[in-house]
Amino acid sequence: MKNKIYSSFDEAVADIQDGATFMSPGFSGVGVPRNLLAALHRQGARNLTGISNNCGTLDEKIDVGTVIESGQVKKMFAAFTSPTHPSQISPFVRMYNDGEIEAETVPQGTLAERIRAAASGIGAFYTPASVGTELAEGKEHREINGRTYVLEYPLHADFAFIRAWRADTFGNLQFRLTQRNFNPIMAMAAKITIVEVEDDIVPVGDLDPDKVHVPGVYVNRLVRIPPDGIFD
Amino acid sequence: MAEEKTKLQRQAMCDRLAMEFQDDWIVNLGVGMPTLCSNYVDPTKDLIFHSENGVIGYGPLAPAGEEDKHLVNAGGQNVIALPGMAIVHHADSFALIRGGMVDVTVMGAYEVAENGDFANWRIPNRKGGGIGGAMDLAACAKQVFIAMEHTTRDGKPRMLKRCALPITAPGVVTLVATDLGLFKVTPQGFELLENAPGWSPEEIQELTEAELVISSDLKEFRFRD
Repeated sequence: MKNKIYSSFDEAVADIQDGATFMSPGFSGVGVPRNLLAALHRQGARNLTGISNNCGTLDEKIDVGTVIESGQVKKMFAAFTSPTHPSQISPFVRMYNDGEIEAETVPQGTLAERIRAAASGIGAFYTPASVGTELAEGKEHREINGRTYVLEYPLHADFAFIRAWRADTFGNLQFRLTQRNFNPIMAMAAKITIVEVEDDIVPVGDLDPDKVHVPGVYVNRLVRIPPDGIFD
Repeated sequence: MAEEKTKLQRQAMCDRLAMEFQDDWIVNLGVGMPTLCSNYVDPTKDLIFHSENGVIGYGPLAPAGEEDKHLVNAGGQNVIALPGMAIVHHADSFALIRGGMVDVTVMGAYEVAENGDFANWRIPNRKGGGIGGAMDLAACAKQVFIAMEHTTRDGKPRMLKRCALPITAPGVVTLVATDLGLFKVTPQGFELLENAPGWSPEEIQELTEAELVISSDLKEFRFRD
């Protein structure tokens, strides 16, 4: 069986090229692949496109905002492209207002479904979310059984950075509680899926097949977070 | 001056909306003020709290020392796992929302209009927006309740004939609790159901752009027992 285990985060992100598209999961600070984002920051690829629920928070922790602040990202797709409170000026908000980065605001459920569509070979889908708002302007509308929908397209990526709770050496993944959030759909939607594992990488065969959240066929690279890594 | 009178506290506003939750409802509470709705507990009703990060059936806020770092609600607060709680990924969480499973979502707003439109995601002259899951929830929950202050900080009305800000969803709001009362959205416009103690319908109308319909059964605002 092919060995998917990498010895370091730096090794796992070494081939990310300028201009690549990446997915970064996490919600309210849980399930964020902080170690891989730190490695991407050190690696220095630029001109990236990011797909993430938000564009970084104000706290000191490493998140997608870290690679935005360093100027590595040219465009973000996100459900939050402005602060929830006007006083919260993150690096992204300052750069967006100054025209240093582009962004597309996507309703959160539409964001999730566009990622799932990419993962599942769906060419496009109709959703009722955003109908009648400025986010639906210019999009194809269709009435189906008396309800109006807008057409939305999949979001593909070259790389997904994933934070899992546990993996086996084949890459079967498990998540704990709300750590799951965007992780499974992003792991399935990207061409190359790189996983940081919080608890343990166990021998293949040790995970109950009924309790696998992402099948290992989607996973390309695994790194166990070392004791001095980021666990929150 | 009207401004010197006591207005309703945020907890009282959210209590009042929570009194309308029915047994077995699936409830989604927006970040901020709406989370106060979960502080109102009616032991005769079983409610199921859903949060868009894929948790169905979570419990109250976790006491200090009992937080599980992997279990948070939409606002990032650590909550308690209840027996029967289930976890799904983000796409399935929104499948639950768009599929019409959510009985009510409670949200904050900058503005609500008498036609049921509301705005809560974008301020003009500012790039981008904090839409989060609000558009999906507003378009697909069976009911949308709004909890908000009746006027802006500088005293301008938020209960309008038509929203001036970019809307979150058209024609979806059913019930509004402000610091001046409880309002139902009807085909005739906002119906004042309950007034804050000491506030006459005329005084509330003065601070409201839309024309209020005064309920024939107008009551004083109901507080928790």
